[in-house]
Amino acid sequence: MMQKPAQRLTLFLLLAPAILWLGLLIVLPHVEILVLSFSERVAPRVYAFGFRNYLEFFTEPLYWRTFARTAFMSILVTALTLVLAFPIALYIARVAQGRVKAMLLLLCLLPFWVSELVRTLGWMMLLRETGVVSYILRAVGAADQPVELLYNDGAVILGLVYGGLLFMIVPLANALESLEPAVVEAGFDLGGSRWTVLRRIVIPHAMPGIVAGCIIVFMLTVGNFATPVLLGGKNGLWFTEQIYAQFITRFNWPQGAAFGMLLLLLSSAIVWLGLRLTGQSLGTTLKQA
Amino acid sequence: MNRPSLAWKLYIAAFYVFLFAPLLIVAIFAFNASPFPSPPWRGFTLEWFTGSGAAFGKPGVLTDPVWLSSIGNSFKVAIPVALLAVLVGTVNAWVLERAEFRGKTFLAMMMLWPLVIPGVVLGISILAFFSRLANGLEDWLQTDLDFLRPGLSLVILGQLSFILTISTLIIAARLRKFDRSLEEAAFDLGASRTRVLRTVTLPFLRPSLIGAGLVALLMSFENFNTTLMLVGSDAPLPITMYGQMREGATPAINAVSLLLMLGVGGIASVFALTAKAER
Amino acid sequence: MTLCIGSVMAPSTDLDIVRVTKRFGAHAAVDDVSFSVAPGEFFSILGPSGCGKTTLMRMIAGFEHPTSGDIRIRGQSMIGVPANRRPVNMVFQSLALFPMMSVGENVAYGLTCRGVSRAEAEERAGRMLERVGLKGFGERRVTALSGGQRQRVAIARCLVLEPTLVLLDEPLGALDLKLREHMKIELKQLQGTFNTTFAYITHDQSEALVMSDRIAVMNQGRFEQVGSPRELYHNPATPFVASFVGETNRLQGEASASNGAIAVRLPSGAVVQGQGRAGQAALAFVRPEAVALAQDPSLLGSLPNRFEGRVSAVLFDGAASSLLIDTAGFAEPVRAVLPQAGPLAGIQVGAPVHVGWTADAMKVFAA
Repeated sequence: MMQKPAQRLTLFLLLAPAILWLGLLIVLPHVEILVLSFSERVAPRVYAFGFRNYLEFFTEPLYWRTFARTAFMSILVTALTLVLAFPIALYIARVAQGRVKAMLLLLCLLPFWVSELVRTLGWMMLLRETGVVSYILRAVGAADQPVELLYNDGAVILGLVYGGLLFMIVPLANALESLEPAVVEAGFDLGGSRWTVLRRIVIPHAMPGIVAGCIIVFMLTVGNFATPVLLGGKNGLWFTEQIYAQFITRFNWPQGAAFGMLLLLLSSAIVWLGLRLTGQSLGTTLKQA
Repeated sequence: MNRPSLAWKLYIAAFYVFLFAPLLIVAIFAFNASPFPSPPWRGFTLEWFTGSGAAFGKPGVLTDPVWLSSIGNSFKVAIPVALLAVLVGTVNAWVLERAEFRGKTFLAMMMLWPLVIPGVVLGISILAFFSRLANGLEDWLQTDLDFLRPGLSLVILGQLSFILTISTLIIAARLRKFDRSLEEAAFDLGASRTRVLRTVTLPFLRPSLIGAGLVALLMSFENFNTTLMLVGSDAPLPITMYGQMREGATPAINAVSLLLMLGVGGIASVFALTAKAER
Repeated sequence: MTLCIGSVMAPSTDLDIVRVTKRFGAHAAVDDVSFSVAPGEFFSILGPSGCGKTTLMRMIAGFEHPTSGDIRIRGQSMIGVPANRRPVNMVFQSLALFPMMSVGENVAYGLTCRGVSRAEAEERAGRMLERVGLKGFGERRVTALSGGQRQRVAIARCLVLEPTLVLLDEPLGALDLKLREHMKIELKQLQGTFNTTFAYITHDQSEALVMSDRIAVMNQGRFEQVGSPRELYHNPATPFVASFVGETNRLQGEASASNGAIAVRLPSGAVVQGQGRAGQAALAFVRPEAVALAQDPSLLGSLPNRFEGRVSAVLFDGAASSLLIDTAGFAEPVRAVLPQAGPLAGIQVGAPVHVGWTADAMKVFAA
């Protein structure tokens, strides 16, 4: 059936904001940094097409090591978050009832609506040389001089895991919630031990939630900036810091654009891989969250 | 499985201590009568909220122009972001749920895309693209286009790039639950198209419009990664906090944080109440 | 077969449907349908789901547009008139009460749309609520009402506008059985007191039979028969009507004319006598209540159809109880009404029994 011109106009007007948004704020900017990442300076204010920015990344150890470190630490943080969050999600979804359940979930949500910087500030005040933990250790006599717990990988991992927990707990709890109690009971009834039931029934059922949680935590961790910089200090060495340095401090935009593309590639590749391995779609995964 | 072991219960308790310890420390030390945000406890004071700086050499949050202006900047960003997020989000939700056209699935996928782009990358890509746009337009128009340069207007655009996805999803989820026969009934009873929209559809969507607005407000207020790349000389709150945290701050930063927590708590309870009214 | 009732262009009809067809692609949801509804009539369209009755109703309301044909209300063509300007109001299957408004606001909604002042609209809504037995409910939330009360609000919301015609789209479908029985009577009484024309669609034959002045039976986009409930029940015009309206026994066989009546030879060789017309293949129908039962075959002596059988099941359901009787020569057991008084009361499974019926009670159609 032919559409009337008035209907076409209405449709166009309705589509206009979405097209402006996606076109001007997402697609064209990404085309821009893609183009930028392949341009190299041949003379002052003269740029030409080339791969130098990417070559620079592979030849300068600081860059690719930071990249590899970021990727590796992010995977580690994701795994740790999953292990720590699972018992909590299981408790919220399957043990707690009624108001206790609602309270526990709400208490989980609250800290994460507070700015990331406030949370990081809290960890800094706890961990630094003049901080609360160090003070308590001295007060109880466990240490005789101030202890610096900040500016090391442990602090960075702690901060990142803390920041990722909620995004793991919610999808996990949602997935576990839908498991029929009778199925678990049948597992025990047929002679399964706690561990067998967990491994053969509960975890396979929670798989969509596990995938969703892991993908989100990984993306947030890899793209994080404030936590590694503030908790890791000079030892933070996060790849986003390199992007910031190229763009804002050194004003080498083509190099920064190349780094940005690499980060985007890394995060998309992991998301794609995660979805591929478990046969989930992006839409349903995001809805889990 | 329904009788949790003691170890499990202890773990849960330890988890919630772990969850709230940093926030509690931040809140408590907002009232410490010391020039540094660290122990020991030197007595209770409100100096870091209302003090003029006479006691510790640095003013409290509510008298310090640096903090006040960054709070102001955050509002200057967050309010337009929230309003635009609701407005555009509603139109987008309409497109997703009501319109029929080729390429709709593709558009729906595109709308989800911003969620999987790291915030820093969103920031630099918008920075680079708008700089090129500004250079081109300025050469062509022979005039300065400061709003396309790093600054609050660019921060608004940068935050919108991904907050729009969130607001669209929230409003579309509610619109999906709408019973179309309500609109038909209103139309059947003699209402015009605009009247149906005003008296039936929008009132039904209202909880999600408020919800999407509040979520957008919060996300804008606390966004750091994207904002950092696009900010000019006027720093919103998270940027100022970041700067102070790197240089070593006074307990005024704890006071700001506490105010922020209270604000978030307030908005969260409004949100919870509207969510309840929805049911 | 389409039964055309000549569309009379006198003002003595409230609704005229003139050769209306609605196609979705190649499929005709409504296929060349014509009928008229007189003022004050309770008119039902009865048919299985997917027969096109909802499409037909939505065309009358103005939510769909006919591919061809005309829809006239009090003689005025409604083609091109949007739903909000038609003197027709609809009670939706889901009722579609506005959850964001109070009961009173729901009823006043249509009036305010017409530009009636708020005070007057409220007053008229209040009076209407009183007439449907919901006095003082104006301030309540619609979510706080029972199923029957919601029903009455939905109808009041239409009636307050004094429409020429009220359309009802299976409004009793969501109610439980007991309430549905009650609402059937209430709806009929409501229609009587307001004397408004009702067009009612349903797939439930009992609803249609109890409430309607006339019923149109619809199947695959066409009207099979239009008539009073009794006409449809006792003189079905097509095999579809015979089997869709009411319980019936259905027999298949080959027809051969005999003196005055028609004889149908079943595959087993048994022959039944009936009334009607058929070529070779024939379908014969007999209602359970037309089947006479006797232990002594001589009591059935005058009936042209007489058979011997054995009770295979007693389906007890109060006044609607029936017997299934395995009958020699019949592929399916014959269904008859369970006698609950007289010599056969208390008949048990396995009991031998004789069945019989008149030739008039047996309707024969070409298969």
